[in-house]
Amino acid sequence: MKAGAARALRWTRVNLFSTPLNAALTLFIAYLAVRLLPGTVGWAVLRASLTAADDRACAASGGACWAFILDWSRFILFGRFPYAQQWRPAIVLVIFAALLLASFSRLLPGRWLALAWAGGLGAVALLMWGGVLGMPYVDTALWNGLPLTLILAAGGLGISFPLALLLALGRRSSLPAVRTLSIVYIEGARGVPFIAWLFLMLVLLPLFLPPGVAIAKLWRAEIAFALFIAAYLAEVVRGGLQAIPRGQYEAADALGLGYLHKTALVILPQALAVTIPAQVNTFIGAFKDTALISIVGLFDLLQDTNTALNDPAWRMAYVEGYVFVGAVYFVFCYSMSLYSRRLERRLGRERR
Amino acid sequence: MIELRRVNKWFGGRQVLKDVSLTVARGERVVVCGPSGAGKSTMIRCINRLEEHQQGEIFVDGIELTGDVKQIEAIRREVGMVFQHFNLFPHLTVLDNLTLAPIWVRRMPRREAEDLAMLYLERVRIPEQAGKYPSQLSGGEQQRVAIARALCMKPQIMLFDEPTSALDPEMIKEVLDVMVELAQSGMTMICVTHEMGFAREVADLMVFMDQGEVIETAPPDRFFTAPRNERTRLFLGRILRQ
Ligand SMILES: Nc1ncnc2c1ncn2[C@@H]1O[C@H](COP(=O)(O)OP(=O)(O)OP(=O)(O)O)[C@@H](O)[C@H]1O
Ligand SMILES: [Mg+2]
Repeated sequence: MKAGAARALRWTRVNLFSTPLNAALTLFIAYLAVRLLPGTVGWAVLRASLTAADDRACAASGGACWAFILDWSRFILFGRFPYAQQWRPAIVLVIFAALLLASFSRLLPGRWLALAWAGGLGAVALLMWGGVLGMPYVDTALWNGLPLTLILAAGGLGISFPLALLLALGRRSSLPAVRTLSIVYIEGARGVPFIAWLFLMLVLLPLFLPPGVAIAKLWRAEIAFALFIAAYLAEVVRGGLQAIPRGQYEAADALGLGYLHKTALVILPQALAVTIPAQVNTFIGAFKDTALISIVGLFDLLQDTNTALNDPAWRMAYVEGYVFVGAVYFVFCYSMSLYSRRLERRLGRERR
Repeated sequence: MIELRRVNKWFGGRQVLKDVSLTVARGERVVVCGPSGAGKSTMIRCINRLEEHQQGEIFVDGIELTGDVKQIEAIRREVGMVFQHFNLFPHLTVLDNLTLAPIWVRRMPRREAEDLAMLYLERVRIPEQAGKYPSQLSGGEQQRVAIARALCMKPQIMLFDEPTSALDPEMIKEVLDVMVELAQSGMTMICVTHEMGFAREVADLMVFMDQGEVIETAPPDRFFTAPRNERTRLFLGRILRQ
């Protein structure tokens, strides 16, 4: 007992009060916790209302109005997807969760994981579109809420990644035409605000299509999004390529590896591994940028929440609405961050 | 096997190879030495086109080295190279370092490539390290892996560019032992090194370079006892005294 107390005391001294500055920080944080924590917990949990009929009833209890989220949950999550068919986007969410968990837990070896993603995304497309197996067809304009956010993100990242590799390699190519094209593209895309780029692409993309062919706004936005991220990601990858010592190229050359083998087997794996933190940074930023897509009239998670807040009964519940949306975004972004840290640790353990 | 005819090379305005000519027969072992900046690395790197020469002709195994990419790759398959700083692939295990080129360049089945790799790892005496990553090995072990990696392509010719000069003294011997064995097995070798003990033991021909020129070529006994050129004598005097 005594030994335990002594140990606790020592731990406290070493970890919390080792220097005057540390002691001051510890006291400051303790002060903040004492001041803010009871109020926050009281608002979010103790005085929160799950059953109130409207925002005025919530205000009476003085706590968070989670009743709004519950009341509007299906609209916030699925938007205007036909009400009776909303089990379909619900399954889509489950599929995404399963895919993310499978990637995160590394239960599946790489090749199977790739297959799982391909199959999963196929199932997502099938469920969202319908038109087969007795599921009524649902137009992409009605794909709203969280599934839309996830489809935009997954598609955007999935398309942008290979494109970014090509751009990064292109920018370092010895062929002047390829190099110039890559530079012009990257600098062009990076030099324009995302929203301007989005409007521009929605207008420009149809011009590249043969007359009579139209693609839904969702896909145009998706492509615009992917093209935009690709430019950022390309610069991240290029940074990694520059970090590879010349000796690696020479060793691959000396073994007789051609350009493709050299790039795919020797250079890129190393360049991608050293840039994981920067890639994830880009991905997290891009994931959050999907929220900007509402500006062209697509109803993502944030836009659905805004719409729900127009309900006269819940006008005052906007804090709860945005806290909820923020929490959903946070869960995804933080998982990406955790995943990347694990990946880094694993690669670091193997190689250093 | 290898023939350089009046090869010239410039880096920018600086000439680093001046009319270099050299003929190496099959199974012959050539040791190249000379002061720093003499152009030794540049010369042997021209042989597998890591550097491009601007004048003169280079023939390897009867094929002339030109800008033709397919031909360059064909020659590189037959020419193994070992670098001063090993240049192992850090993201691959030792075994994967060794099997990479046989599998992707020679199109060898993985099992066969792995058997071959283990055979060469035994020859360089580190089969137990197959599953490790290069960073987990000592410098001497890394260099032996690098030699095995080059040998896995079953090259006709091996080029060594100062393979022991980045190593601690106690590791130099283990690498030289492997190289001596390789020399005794009849491999055609060009070796840039200042390990004169090794040169005496295995070289058929000594080449001395200075300031981009081949100053003297001679068999080792004459090279060490009666060098003809004054510059060779000065150089030998300096490095043999150490
Ligand atoms: N990529 C390059 N660009 C410009 N100059 C170079 C380059 N590589 C080598 N040189 C120059 O060419 C000359 C010959 O270099 P080289 O590396 O062949 O010499 P070396 O005999 O191998 O010397 P060391 O014993 O120091 O390795 C040197 O003066 C060097 O500065
Ligand atoms: Mg050199």
